[in-house]
Amino acid sequence: MSNSLLSDLAGALVSGRVQMVDLTNTLSPDFPVIVLPPEFGQCAPFRMEKVSRYDENGPAWYWNNISMNEHTGTHFDAPAHWVTGKDVPSNTVDAIPAREFMAPAVVIDISAESAVDPDFVVTREFLTKWEVEFGRIPPRHWIALRTDWYKRVGTADYVNMQEDGAHSPGPDASAVEFMVHERDCIGLAVETVGTDAGQAMHFNPPLPAHSILHGNGRFGLQCLTNLDKLPTFGAMIIACPLKIEGGSGSPLRVVAMIEGKNV
Amino acid sequence: MVGQLPYDGVVICAPVTVPYVRFSVETAHWWAGGAMQALARETGLGPADFDGFCFASFSAMPDSVVGMVQHLGLSPRWMDHIPTGGASGVMALRRAARAVQCGDAEIVACVAADTNQIDSFRQTLAGFSRFSQDATYPYGFGGPNATFAMITDNFFRKYNVSRQDFAKLCVAQRDNALSNPIALLKKPLTHDDYLNARPIADPVHLFDCVMPCAGAEAFIVTTPEKAAELGLSTARLSATIERHNAYIDDPVQTRGGWARDIDALWSAAGCGPQDVDMLQAYDDYPVIVAMQLADLGFCDKTELPGFIADNDFTITGSLPLNTNGGQLSAGQAGAAGGFQNVTEGLRQILHCPLGDQVPDAKKALISGFGLVNYDRGVCTGAAVIEPEDLR
Amino acid sequence: MTDPLSPPVKKDPLKNTRMGHVSPGLRSRAARAMAVRAGQGRFVLQVCDYCCTATYPPRDRCPKCWGTLDWQDQPTGATVMTETTIRVTTDLFFKEHAPWRVGSVQLEAGPTAIVHLHSDVRPGDRVRMELKLDRGGNPALFAMPEKETPNMVDDAQYRTFTADPKHRRVLVTDGRGPVGQAMAKALLKAGARAVFLGNGDTTMRFDGEAEMVAHENVEIVPLNVTDTNSVTKLAHQLGGRIDIVVNTAAVTRQSGVAFGSKLTDLQAGFESEVTGLMRLAQGFGPAMSARSDDGTNSAAAFVDVASVYGLTGRAGFAGQAATAAARLALISGLRGEMAQTGIRVISVLTGPVDDVWHQHVPPPKTAPAQIAKSVIDALTRGLEINCAGDAAKDLFARWQADPFLTIREENQ
Ligand SMILES: [Zn+2]
Repeated sequence: MSNSLLSDLAGALVSGRVQMVDLTNTLSPDFPVIVLPPEFGQCAPFRMEKVSRYDENGPAWYWNNISMNEHTGTHFDAPAHWVTGKDVPSNTVDAIPAREFMAPAVVIDISAESAVDPDFVVTREFLTKWEVEFGRIPPRHWIALRTDWYKRVGTADYVNMQEDGAHSPGPDASAVEFMVHERDCIGLAVETVGTDAGQAMHFNPPLPAHSILHGNGRFGLQCLTNLDKLPTFGAMIIACPLKIEGGSGSPLRVVAMIEGKNV
Repeated sequence: MVGQLPYDGVVICAPVTVPYVRFSVETAHWWAGGAMQALARETGLGPADFDGFCFASFSAMPDSVVGMVQHLGLSPRWMDHIPTGGASGVMALRRAARAVQCGDAEIVACVAADTNQIDSFRQTLAGFSRFSQDATYPYGFGGPNATFAMITDNFFRKYNVSRQDFAKLCVAQRDNALSNPIALLKKPLTHDDYLNARPIADPVHLFDCVMPCAGAEAFIVTTPEKAAELGLSTARLSATIERHNAYIDDPVQTRGGWARDIDALWSAAGCGPQDVDMLQAYDDYPVIVAMQLADLGFCDKTELPGFIADNDFTITGSLPLNTNGGQLSAGQAGAAGGFQNVTEGLRQILHCPLGDQVPDAKKALISGFGLVNYDRGVCTGAAVIEPEDLR
Repeated sequence: MTDPLSPPVKKDPLKNTRMGHVSPGLRSRAARAMAVRAGQGRFVLQVCDYCCTATYPPRDRCPKCWGTLDWQDQPTGATVMTETTIRVTTDLFFKEHAPWRVGSVQLEAGPTAIVHLHSDVRPGDRVRMELKLDRGGNPALFAMPEKETPNMVDDAQYRTFTADPKHRRVLVTDGRGPVGQAMAKALLKAGARAVFLGNGDTTMRFDGEAEMVAHENVEIVPLNVTDTNSVTKLAHQLGGRIDIVVNTAAVTRQSGVAFGSKLTDLQAGFESEVTGLMRLAQGFGPAMSARSDDGTNSAAAFVDVASVYGLTGRAGFAGQAATAAARLALISGLRGEMAQTGIRVISVLTGPVDDVWHQHVPPPKTAPAQIAKSVIDALTRGLEINCAGDAAKDLFARWQADPFLTIREENQ
């Protein structure tokens, strides 16, 4: 019975004692991408061109050519994505060891705060208070920020671009420092279009999540859905980016295993 | 200008017509072969006996006279292709006559044949000429109807001529057609029928327009000796003229090339318009008939209404006009329409008409007009023929 | 006077749509050369280089001295000599549009010509000639009243030689920018019945949105020309109602070729301007073609607004010039295809647009309103190519005179 652990898991999956939650948004041409000031290069949206669909270009088969940025749709940020992570070992998606692709998650619910204040900022102080209530964030976990932001997908409120920039919740530098150095997280998983807050350009330092996470070899998961379906502790996230040579990230299917309630 | 040499030693004989049909599934080759067959029946000659061949057609594409010669098994030592439609009869006559006179050929079959398949009229128009395709047909695609409508419009205003005048010409031609057993239009036409016809391209109305059809016409040009040997009645060629693209500075056509050469014609023929027994004119639209009446010397254009009123154009009238009915009533079989004037004139003076005989016919004036390349007819010709030997 | 064009009534769904025939298309090479000038709105005839005689119909040699011929602008005056109303024709287009008036005119330039007649002109009248393109893209001489008459441009025959936006419904592909918005305003002013204004990102606000929304006859529609799905969706929804497409998609980025260039900018430019153009053509072309002779608001034109530097390339904007060149090539191909169906394909060429992407480019720059004016001008005159603004006009003139010199001038 050397593989009893996985046999148990297989049994639990069959019985429903372990359930899968899809944390992925549908990759479609109109799924929004991060918008940078126009003078910068832009993130290509998802595009799909039919090659054939049981027609003169392929009578019995259907397939499409697709194109997109590495950071389009529900996607994974590798450390190399940010300048701070440029010298981190194994910093591209093809080099990240496979063991990193499956990790437990702790879900921090800031949906109420975010509903009131789209610019809600998660601070170290907020996290430490949270730990008092829910318990300590364990090491080598994805820290998932539940904002219910995914419910805004398809509306202008998702990227929430105003004349002074985007408005969506995210952490400040103190929070990210805390996650990385004091709680040794795998990475930060969010429902918004970036791990950083919409206004994080104006933070000090700017874009702390990208900067600190990737500078320390941690990952990002963005544009997730269904974080409200996960328990605070105990979910297992499977997030395997495409093995793109030297890739800075990748669209991917993200799923979570949770233990069922009624079995 | 050097005067025209007389056509001594040349005769015309054996006019044949392959009866026209409105539409035909056959080809121009088939109709040309029909004409040759008719000539063979008249003369007893076969393919090896003709050493000259002169051919006119719009619908033999992609063949010219070359393809037709091989198609029909001929082996001529002289041949010609006449692309001038309504002027092709007179032109074939002139060319064949000189060939025979000079000994380049002894017996020339002059043949015009065209088919008329469904839609071939439109197709012929679409690719008719470069100027037409560039600058006429895209303007309403009225075909020759529209071009002659504009010529008629101008003619009416300039010479005070009206449809009333044209009615008399067209009604007379229809009367003439009634005795022609192979004319396509055999229903009597009244003055009122003509005036009340539906407009086609104002002021051209239905009975101003010829009916395109399929058919063939042919005749033989040879030596008097050869004709005698074959036992054929013959006519001689008294005088001819031909002119192309005359009066290029006239902004709208009011005259044809005849006007330029008419004195030469009458002087070579040794007679005048008053001396002819009939006029076989090209009658694609009455305005062209009226133009010919003036340009051939019958009257001035300003006198046309009076001249038309004063004359009777039926077979027994003062100036029999297009005695087979002309193209307006007998039908226009493409280039064969340009041969009708020759074959009908020839028949009348040889006293073997299709229908009624012009009494005491001794002199026929034949006139051709062809090819609306752009805004006017370009080719004109005329001939005076007289009987030589009636056998 | 001409009866004013009445607004189209709703279609009887049980009636067949009139098929979009074009008038006979066979032409000589010389006539095609005349068409090129017609497409630029010029009135030209061939003139002998030796004896200076002007000639018509198009020839290959002077009929007076056999000298060679050049196309030259000519005085437009003429006098009508004859007229006819063609009621019977075997041509499918003219049959549908009979009766049709033509006549012959004496041109002030010298020759006579058979021409289309405006309903307000008669024999003896002095007229003003226009050299138009017919629905099949072939040259056509049209005699207009010498002086403006009421509702002159509503003449039924004349309207088949234009793509006048009056009473038509127009899709402007990029309504997020100033060019598309200026376009919408100009179209409404020119009598367009409706303007559908494309919005490439419905979740993102844009300047001028409120003003556009406020226009009664403007409808903002989701359209992202880089997304095949989006184009197809809109075409399915509106294809049968679009009479004119005006493609204002533009991606302007400074770029060199080996130096100072961004491949992603080039790709984004091609996706939007080139592949996007093909998406629009595929999405809207077939339905427009089927409605090219559908009464007052028949489908009429596909307009592409592109940089004039597509003709030459341009230092500093190499990528944009490349996309414009590709657009011009596609537009030429599309024009050939649409000529069979009676839809005019029009290129409006612009100089540097007076927008944020040309901040460092010295004047003259092309204002969005100028571009809109040029598009309206091309539609109402039935042109094939039109230059918006002085910079484009200047470059086009230089390019016509010496293409390779102009290429050198623009790139060195
Ligand atoms: Zn010359």
